[in-house]
Amino acid sequence: MKVGVVTFPGSLDDVDAQRAVRLGGHEAVALWHGDHNLQGVDAVVLPGGFSYGDYLRCGAISRFSPVMTEVVEAAGRGMPVLGICNGFQILCESHLLPGALVRNQRQKFLCLDQRLRIERTDTPWTAAYAEGQEVVIALKNGEGSFVADTETLDRLEGEGQVVARYLGENPNGSLRDIAGVSNERGNVVGLMPHPEHSVEELCGTGTDGLGFFALATLAAEVFA
Amino acid sequence: MPRVVVDVMPKPEILDPQGKAVLGALPRLGFSGVSDVRQGKRFELEVEGEVTDEVVAQVEKMAGTLLSNPVIENYVVRVEQDA
Repeated sequence: MKVGVVTFPGSLDDVDAQRAVRLGGHEAVALWHGDHNLQGVDAVVLPGGFSYGDYLRCGAISRFSPVMTEVVEAAGRGMPVLGICNGFQILCESHLLPGALVRNQRQKFLCLDQRLRIERTDTPWTAAYAEGQEVVIALKNGEGSFVADTETLDRLEGEGQVVARYLGENPNGSLRDIAGVSNERGNVVGLMPHPEHSVEELCGTGTDGLGFFALATLAAEVFA
Repeated sequence: MPRVVVDVMPKPEILDPQGKAVLGALPRLGFSGVSDVRQGKRFELEVEGEVTDEVVAQVEKMAGTLLSNPVIENYVVRVEQDA
């Protein structure tokens, strides 16, 4: 499987995401924000960081970069897209995912070993987990509070589009403890915590994040 | 040159942690009597030529597309003459 990782000006975790993709058993392909080209990849990761310095709003400028035209189009065709942290913000700004991410309730940048519960497992990014599985994944964000109107939140819960929820104390004020959501189809997933930082015992919080990069169901589809 | 101003504010139902932090700082500085603070953004667009209805409509479009995120923010567009 070829998994593209987009680098925007200000991306920080693109190289870590590429490494996680390789540890997941796939080929990582570096994609550039300024290209109208996905280089034939089977899936795309939008990594964490501070694209365009978080100017205007997090993800607001990246949304209009040339590569995002291609990502939005491919996502519409069903290509798996995972947005991590800043990538999640970009997906919300692109309207590929509902809601928005605003400043943490207590205004502080967080860096935590965060417990999560995986709630939706019929997405290509979470198929390696069991429904209700509890994992520990690195969380680091300044603007990670997920918000949406009540109607949208109810719809997300009703349709099973909440992918992961924070366990224990809510770290950033996200409504209904939401840590990650998907689109209806499930191919587009946004996640505030950083699974790419939880893929090796040597550094990080263990290897609970590796499942996001297994893409096992997708591989089965592509090679079927 | 005419100027078009776009004010962008967080929607009333969206928690505004920055406004809350400012509200918390005021009494510490000895200012009293403020019951709420909300923080937004102001954009000043210098426009070439006359501000026609068409130009205002264009700015409305900019405000809804880029300057604000309609999920969390409201905006108001107004024209300032002889700015």
